[in-house]
Amino acid sequence: MTQMAIAESSSMEAAAGPHDRARALGAFKLGDAVFYWTTRICALSVLAILGGIILSLIVGAWPAMQEYGFAFLWTQRWAPSADPPVLGALGPIYGTLLTSVIAMMIAIPVGIGIAIFLTEFCPQWLRRPIGMAIELLAGIPSIIYGMWGFFVLGPFLANTLQPALIAAFDGVPVLGAIFAGPPSYLSLFNAALILSIMVLPFITAISRDVFQTVPPVLKEAAYGVGCTTWEVVRNVVLPYTRVGVIGGIMLALGRALGETMAVTFIIGNSFRISSSIFAPGTTISAAIASEFAESDGLHQSSLILLGLLLFILTFFVLAAARLMLLHLEKKAGK
Amino acid sequence: MNPLYASRRRTDRIVKALCFVAAAFGVVWLGLILFTLFYNGFAGLTLQVFTQNTPPPGSSEGGLLNAIVGSLIMTAIGVGIGAPLGLFAGTYLAEYGKYDRLAPVVRFINDILLSAPSIIIGLFIYGAVVIPMGGFSALAGALALAVIVIPVVVRTTEDMLGLVPNPLREAASALGLPRSLVIRRVAYRAARTGLITGVLLATARVTGETAPLLFTVLSNQFFSLDLTRAMANLPVTINNFVQSPYAYWKELAWTGALVITLAVLALNIGARILGAERTAK
Repeated sequence: MTQMAIAESSSMEAAAGPHDRARALGAFKLGDAVFYWTTRICALSVLAILGGIILSLIVGAWPAMQEYGFAFLWTQRWAPSADPPVLGALGPIYGTLLTSVIAMMIAIPVGIGIAIFLTEFCPQWLRRPIGMAIELLAGIPSIIYGMWGFFVLGPFLANTLQPALIAAFDGVPVLGAIFAGPPSYLSLFNAALILSIMVLPFITAISRDVFQTVPPVLKEAAYGVGCTTWEVVRNVVLPYTRVGVIGGIMLALGRALGETMAVTFIIGNSFRISSSIFAPGTTISAAIASEFAESDGLHQSSLILLGLLLFILTFFVLAAARLMLLHLEKKAGK
Repeated sequence: MNPLYASRRRTDRIVKALCFVAAAFGVVWLGLILFTLFYNGFAGLTLQVFTQNTPPPGSSEGGLLNAIVGSLIMTAIGVGIGAPLGLFAGTYLAEYGKYDRLAPVVRFINDILLSAPSIIIGLFIYGAVVIPMGGFSALAGALALAVIVIPVVVRTTEDMLGLVPNPLREAASALGLPRSLVIRRVAYRAARTGLITGVLLATARVTGETAPLLFTVLSNQFFSLDLTRAMANLPVTINNFVQSPYAYWKELAWTGALVITLAVLALNIGARILGAERTAK
């Protein structure tokens, strides 16, 4: 602020003479340099945050890394109170990957379907309200999803959809084991469904944005040779925007992998791996959220190591997503 | 009618119907969640919620005053630290970054931090602030929120400054204004509503954040303004109350959830209206 005041007062005096003009220019130069370096240091602090995150995770996880080594990745047992504690990450890793994959299997078709509806079929006056509703869905805090899943969705699924699926696939070789009972309020499947609702807005928003980058001439040409709307979408819009849509999907996957509160409420927090998706399980983030505050020593270090694994996983997924979207921006001629 | 044409039309109709169902599916969730929140939380939304502290176990007298005040304080500090830092960093990327090879790297890393799991940020602050300070504190929570605010503000600032037409800057430079004043007096002013939108969106984003607060501030049953100690806050209070066996605590949790959701939606809608005004001009 003082910098600005100096610059201002001296700029008014600048007309007075050569000496004052030199002083004013000096003040300008100083102000410029100060501003430049302030912004530059702030920009570099973004890199410092990333460095800080990686460093603090590695430091915190070091004791667990030394104790368990790579066996941590494929040990299923999680017994923090055993002596010595036996801790393995297989359960949370399995839960994280499984819930994310199921969530994406639901969210990808639905999310892209909504985007197609919004850009191709929807009457003009409905576009804004529906688009806004989907975007607001993204704004609802994740703990609300968790509560809602725990009190509303969980009981609903356990009483209706789950028994139906269990009965339908009873006795079928592989599917029978995947959809095995008993139905439960707390299960991997419930968590995956909540996750799919949470990542839906990300897929829809990005798909809609990239669908709008398709040049109208291309679509008009396809309509001109007699294509139906669906044929235009399938043969023109989707191939043209493929990279961007996949980028959006990866971004949503990155979110799904790291989502914490919504999952913690309804996944049941069990480290045992079961073949049924209706059994309780855990994810990396849920394990950290529910155990970290009461942990110490090797147990805490193992939880931080889990966090490090999650960070590495999401980092690569998100980096791939960004590279794809960047590629699309370049293609769009930015 | 030509059978091939009929089957093509049929496919088209089916896909249209499926897309419509998908859109309905998305909107229905929003409706259901809001309905549940109002159904369970509205009855408890009395003046008492805003004037009394959280009740002890088993009691049915009390509100959420300490939690609301704590959340407001931590959000204010978090945004207060994160927003200026993000604003300057975004300014650098938009105004100076064109010929700096570091700028694309910063942009890329920032985009990744934007979507990084918030629980990881909690772990980071635990290692970087909570352990050195020797205990859970409101300051640590506020710093965790700041780390979440920064990437959001960097991104919107850069985008908004990018929309300011270059002739404005050139005209100011031609008058002899130094670069820093061109940015502060011309570019910031032209992009002002956009910059405010970014800060509002960032505030909305951290308002309901729970995961990074779980083990940085913990929570507190009592009213406290001490930044170096654990402080009550709305998200963690909701988290603890919802899983409790006491009916009144659960009721308060739903009310708190309603309050927090309404706050977040209001911030989001406010930001959108501001943004819409800008494009309409």
